[in-house]
Amino acid sequence: MTEFAQQVAAGFVNGCIYAMLALALVMIYRATNHVNFAQGEMAMFSTYIAWSLLEAGLPYWAAALAAVAFGFVAGTLVERVALRPLHGAPLLSIVTVFVALMIIIQSAAGLVFGHESHSVASPFDGWGRWGQGLLSGHALGTVAVTLAVLASMSAFFRFTRLGLAMRAAALNPLSSSLSGVNVNRVLMIGWGVAGAIGAIAGLLAAPVVFLGPHMMGGIMIYGFAAAVVGGIDSPPGAILGGLALGIGENLLGAYVTGNELKLTIALAVMFAILVVRPRGLLGGKAIQRV
Amino acid sequence: MSRAATAGQAGDNLLEVRGLSATYQATAVLKSVDIDVARGGITALLGANGAGKTTLLRAISHALVKTQGSIRFDGQPIEGLPSDAVARLGIAHVPDGRGTFTQLTVEENLLVGAITRPRGGEVRRDIERMYALFPRLADYRGKPAGLLSGGEQQMVAIARALMLRPRLLMLDEPSFGLAPLVVRQIFEVLGQINREGGLSILVVEQNARLALDLARHAYVLEAGRVAISGPAASLRSDPRVKKAYLGI
Repeated sequence: MTEFAQQVAAGFVNGCIYAMLALALVMIYRATNHVNFAQGEMAMFSTYIAWSLLEAGLPYWAAALAAVAFGFVAGTLVERVALRPLHGAPLLSIVTVFVALMIIIQSAAGLVFGHESHSVASPFDGWGRWGQGLLSGHALGTVAVTLAVLASMSAFFRFTRLGLAMRAAALNPLSSSLSGVNVNRVLMIGWGVAGAIGAIAGLLAAPVVFLGPHMMGGIMIYGFAAAVVGGIDSPPGAILGGLALGIGENLLGAYVTGNELKLTIALAVMFAILVVRPRGLLGGKAIQRV
Repeated sequence: MSRAATAGQAGDNLLEVRGLSATYQATAVLKSVDIDVARGGITALLGANGAGKTTLLRAISHALVKTQGSIRFDGQPIEGLPSDAVARLGIAHVPDGRGTFTQLTVEENLLVGAITRPRGGEVRRDIERMYALFPRLADYRGKPAGLLSGGEQQMVAIARALMLRPRLLMLDEPSFGLAPLVVRQIFEVLGQINREGGLSILVVEQNARLALDLARHAYVLEAGRVAISGPAASLRSDPRVKKAYLGI
């Protein structure tokens, strides 16, 4: 039973990271109807920034803050420079740009920081073990940070004017413009937020999977799968999908298929959902105007 | 005739459009249109489907169309400004189809209308004023606007536009698809806010009778040009208008 509990607990923690990445994907999708294929690479690069600052002697929290700020700025730049000029372009062109970004950022990381893996210490190592040894300090820290991010995102969208403007711009850009919202600027900020969230996910993943240019590749597949399972336009779906996938892959890997097939499971799940119920568990059909 | 019959000097006009041509997806829809909206007045824009009425409003708020010509708002040229800038200058456009945020609550719709204004008590007071103007909406304040009937959504759309505290309110076919009783209520409210607040109104309508009862001045567009213009009273008795638009 302990092994089961351990798998569930570890799966829950992994699920938090998938959920955060899926949330960033959902945010971008709701605002732009596009999937940000470069999400993982952006997160990885931001994490490298933190690592460089750590190596240079900065305390963890300063390095982490800098990485999150970098993620925000990088997100806004991607919108402004790579995507805004493509407004109204055919879908294939836009997807190509995303894939190109993915490749470019990964190569740039290798060029600038080298291709070796690095181990990164977790800031939560001093937290000891919890829940009768079930959760490491880092695991607990991951859950805590994820909850904090989800709570602040929720509060941001529900209670702030900028959050309302973002929701409005995603739902109906024309009406938002006519009410005075600068839709382009709001979109840019939304991209910044997605970039910042990605950076946080990368910082949480690095102590576990080791920092390297390919660090986020596998994790992003789970992130995409989580977004698809939950519903690409549903924030609660992203969280549900992430946790379900995290726990599910661990249990299936431990008791059914063995660990080598865990990634395959994620891909298979994504495929199945797209075939059987494309809108995901909690995704909605668009409200039709009568 | 394409020149508008201006009532008085330029200073009396809140909005002056001169020589406006507009294309929508490479088709020329408006061809050198001149219209005025008097300060504190109500101006109606009539015409058949496809005459260019919706395009004219879109040209003023610079949404979806490419334009040439001059548009002056309170003496200031606004042609070429992006639509959010036009809104911030004080022109509120209630588009055809209403543009309600169906997935946001009624109250959130109103808050979006006020999004460019500083936070605070003024916005709250205005929201209460909207509920006083449109009592039906108060019952639905926390519900998604998509649940409301067509008439109620029209009220939400107008209230959202009014939350901007505009100087010019433009409406595109507010009566479209609504029951006569509801339409009458809405037009009464329009008349009321014009009388009490001095809000200038430019209303596009298929329902010529209703529009000519409300407005003081009117234009009839045909195939992208101004065909007839003048005081609403004289248009009501104009045989061309009576035959084509009033069904008399």
